[in-house]
Amino acid sequence: MNNLLSIHSVRFFVLVFVQVILFNHINFLGNINPYPYILFLALFPVKNNRTAIIGLSFLLGLSIDFFLDTGGTHAAACLFIAYVRPVILKFCFGTIYEHQTIKFETVEFGSKLTYFTLLTVIHHFVLFSVEIFNMSKIILVLQKTLFSGIFTILMCLLITIIFTRKTK
Amino acid sequence: MQQIVNFIIRNKTFLLFLLLFSISIFFTVQSHSYHKSKFINSANFLTGGVYNSINNISEYFALKSQNVILAKENNRLKSILYNSQTKQNSSYIDTITFNAQYKFYTAQVIKNSYNTTNNVLLINRGTKSHIKQDFGVITDKGILGIVDQTSKNYATVLSVLNTESNISAQLKNSNHFGTLKWDAKSHVYTQLIDIAKNAILKKGDTIITSGRSSIFPKGVLVGTISDFKLDPSENSYIINIKLFNDMANIEHVYIIENVNLPEIKKLLNE
Repeated sequence: MNNLLSIHSVRFFVLVFVQVILFNHINFLGNINPYPYILFLALFPVKNNRTAIIGLSFLLGLSIDFFLDTGGTHAAACLFIAYVRPVILKFCFGTIYEHQTIKFETVEFGSKLTYFTLLTVIHHFVLFSVEIFNMSKIILVLQKTLFSGIFTILMCLLITIIFTRKTK
Repeated sequence: MQQIVNFIIRNKTFLLFLLLFSISIFFTVQSHSYHKSKFINSANFLTGGVYNSINNISEYFALKSQNVILAKENNRLKSILYNSQTKQNSSYIDTITFNAQYKFYTAQVIKNSYNTTNNVLLINRGTKSHIKQDFGVITDKGILGIVDQTSKNYATVLSVLNTESNISAQLKNSNHFGTLKWDAKSHVYTQLIDIAKNAILKKGDTIITSGRSSIFPKGVLVGTISDFKLDPSENSYIINIKLFNDMANIEHVYIIENVNLPEIKKLLNE
């Protein structure tokens, strides 16, 4: 348990740090940036209680907001995916989730991809709609969600593939 | 009572979510209104310190291009200095009588941002260097933004690429003025709205600040007209302006203080 706690706290700080230093300065094609810090929420252990993940997601979002001067937009988006995560888990992993025995290193690639895609799209949609805060610019919101989303999913998959210990 | 407590315990996840979500929406709305993001901004000791130490390293990579920019500006200023015909009597008796309206400070941008809808920059000067809210920020090429929140060593700058910023600007060859507003589409272009319909516009005309807001002096360069059209009510023009500044590559900036600003504000409030 102690080991688990230290892994996740290290992951929290490393992801915020890397997001602020590296991923916000990519500016691919002018203004497309990935937000792979949501990996912290995606890979959070399933067994833990929901109050903890909601509290932590708020902290995670707020620390990103502090660095990016975005008010509370990242906090809102993180809270939202933390709240709907059980539903997405159930949709993507089905029975394994119900027995609460998911190990993110061992699940098959297809369901992992769906899981990341759903989380990313929901997160980015909430993020950009709260940031832009204007119904008449819905096209801009969808456009940003699509482009940033693809980038984020790619980054999330790459990071998980590179940093997984081989279990075979 | 028992039932209320039970209800809270049963729905504690949802209630916590709702509470935190409304807090974050509150912060967002605050950051959307001008000068209100007191709590969540990067001009504090921790985030400012982190950005400063990152910038200490990354500024070396841009050293060459920034040197070229500064050398060009020196060149321009020298040509103005040596070509000026009017020999003014510049010997002031003492500093008290030196009553220039605008004071200039130099600063360095330690965090640049141009890809969101509300871009905020961070500079490495704060209240310690007498930087206050509502000071203008320019570069050698033109306008950049307005100082928003300040801490001891850092200050945030509301960029022109921010949907919340309103800066008064005008045409260079006539006095028709309007407001700079950004439509969040591209960091190369910004929009000038509310230009009267009878103004004569041409592609490539220069736009400058009007000096009406008393933050910027009159005549700070903004950009050139790239295209223009009438707004839906057909009463005024919406002009697309290509900024002189390359917003993606900004390092050395100047902060302008209007010494008479408190006096002007006081007069307007009376």
